[in-house]
Amino acid sequence: MIRFENVGLRYGMGPEILKDLTFSIEPQSFQFLTGPSGAGKTSLLRLLFLSLRPTRGLISAFGTDTSRVTKSQLPALRRRIGVVFQDFRLLDHLTTYENVALPHRVAGKMEADYRSDVIDLLKWVGLGDRMHVMPPVLSGGEKQRAAIARALITRPEVLLADEPTGNVDAPLARRLLRLFIELNRLGTSVLIATHDLHLLEQVNARHLVLHDGRMIVDE
Amino acid sequence: MERREPALTRHEQAQRGGGPRPSGKAPKGPGGIRRSFKAPKKPVKKTQAGKRRIQKPRQAPIVPPQAVAGRALMLVVAIMSFLACLTVGFVTVVNDAATDWSNELVREITIQIRPVDGIDMLQQIDRTVALAQEFQGVGHVRALSDQETQELLQPWLGGDLNLDDLPVPRLILVKIAQPELLDLTEMKATIEDDIRGASLDDHRLWTQQLSSMANGAVVIGFGILILVLASMILSVVFATRAAMSGNKEVVEVLHFVGAEDSFIASQFQRHFLVLGLKGGLVGGAIGCLSFMLIEFLGNTPNEFGAAGQAQALLGTISVSWLGYVGAGLVVVLVAVLTALTSRIAVHSHLAGMD
Repeated sequence: MIRFENVGLRYGMGPEILKDLTFSIEPQSFQFLTGPSGAGKTSLLRLLFLSLRPTRGLISAFGTDTSRVTKSQLPALRRRIGVVFQDFRLLDHLTTYENVALPHRVAGKMEADYRSDVIDLLKWVGLGDRMHVMPPVLSGGEKQRAAIARALITRPEVLLADEPTGNVDAPLARRLLRLFIELNRLGTSVLIATHDLHLLEQVNARHLVLHDGRMIVDE
Repeated sequence: MERREPALTRHEQAQRGGGPRPSGKAPKGPGGIRRSFKAPKKPVKKTQAGKRRIQKPRQAPIVPPQAVAGRALMLVVAIMSFLACLTVGFVTVVNDAATDWSNELVREITIQIRPVDGIDMLQQIDRTVALAQEFQGVGHVRALSDQETQELLQPWLGGDLNLDDLPVPRLILVKIAQPELLDLTEMKATIEDDIRGASLDDHRLWTQQLSSMANGAVVIGFGILILVLASMILSVVFATRAAMSGNKEVVEVLHFVGAEDSFIASQFQRHFLVLGLKGGLVGGAIGCLSFMLIEFLGNTPNEFGAAGQAQALLGTISVSWLGYVGAGLVVVLVAVLTALTSRIAVHSHLAGMD
């Protein structure tokens, strides 16, 4: 689905922060991306999400060599990938409903076509009674769930989550993890970037460990 | 590839009886939700006719209106529109005045008869008047009387002038009733051949000069119009860039939810179109009011006599309907230019983004 071959990344003339990464995210797989702070997890996520181009190596997404992808082709590829950011990236002037519906709106769909889907999903993540609330009023956990709902509303093939439990307490972290597992069961490949060891212990999944810019795959 | 399902911990396995249940009665997943949950009924209200219709909630704009430097830019657009409308008004006034001058001059020609030794001037005048009246399209023909000629020459030769003492040319005024019937070339040739010392002046030189002046004024007017619009476009470019910088987070979010550049551009363009339309309407309305004010003041005599001078030069000072149509076009042009400029600026900004 997404394949890395000898990928390296450096910012400008700085040192190489990701070195010789070779791995792939298979369809319907579940994996954690972990490593110490500053190991390059967020940079790797940005590469996975096609918002950065590698300095060297090959990244193939859905069978397409990303170095050959033009700027106009990027949106179509990005719509197949859902991203949950650590800082949520919700738009404060839109309601929870409008934030979650944003990917559909951006795709040019009529509201009547997606309204019930958005409401269903909001209920599924436990925000059924918070859909007309602006993000600044939501708690950290609610924002996290809204961000997850926004990433899922278009049923992406891959879900990338950056520290999705970083801002929530342990019970909510477990609930969110269950959410990701359920999504994975429904067919979405999930990659969760985290350095929360407690979270890693709860699920028996593949670990992609980044250390000093290099990756160790722990099956 | 075989699907790899993550195994749950003992704690999870003990708790599991299905999918996550963040909201108590939640079903197994989004697919299941579609079967289990029904979207709440949309709010309905009764119309006057008693029919129920769906009340559709209006979605908030993706780019918040307050994030665009609206008021300041609207003021700039309004001022630029006002100046553009004034320019259009000025051009129409000058053009109309020049047309009036030309029409008046074209409807009158002058025949000058210079004194020639041995030829009776009065006889020559009578012959010329008779000859001029024979041409088709000619209306009234008359020679200036001695008194009128003396009055014309008074500023240069004094009041006690005796026309018989000096070889003063005499003038014959020919009013043209139907310019389209008159063959001016033939008339000029005939009169100048038949009457010794006669020359016909059709004021073509004046007409050409007036036409050149009017054309020059129109060109200058359009030049000013282009400069004003260019200034407005630059202002919109700066405002768009500022709006893009101020909405960097919105743009990033739109990018990662798969928005195309054209979609992002259209979100900004919508704001700037409304802003340009509002600014243009305000500027255009003030411009039209100014036309009326100028017409009122220009045609009202005052103690300084400025209105009289202006009337002497331009005739009745009034912006014709063309000026008002031009002001309307300026408003539309300003709105379209504002929207297009913002769109191009957004595309340019996005193209420069990594």
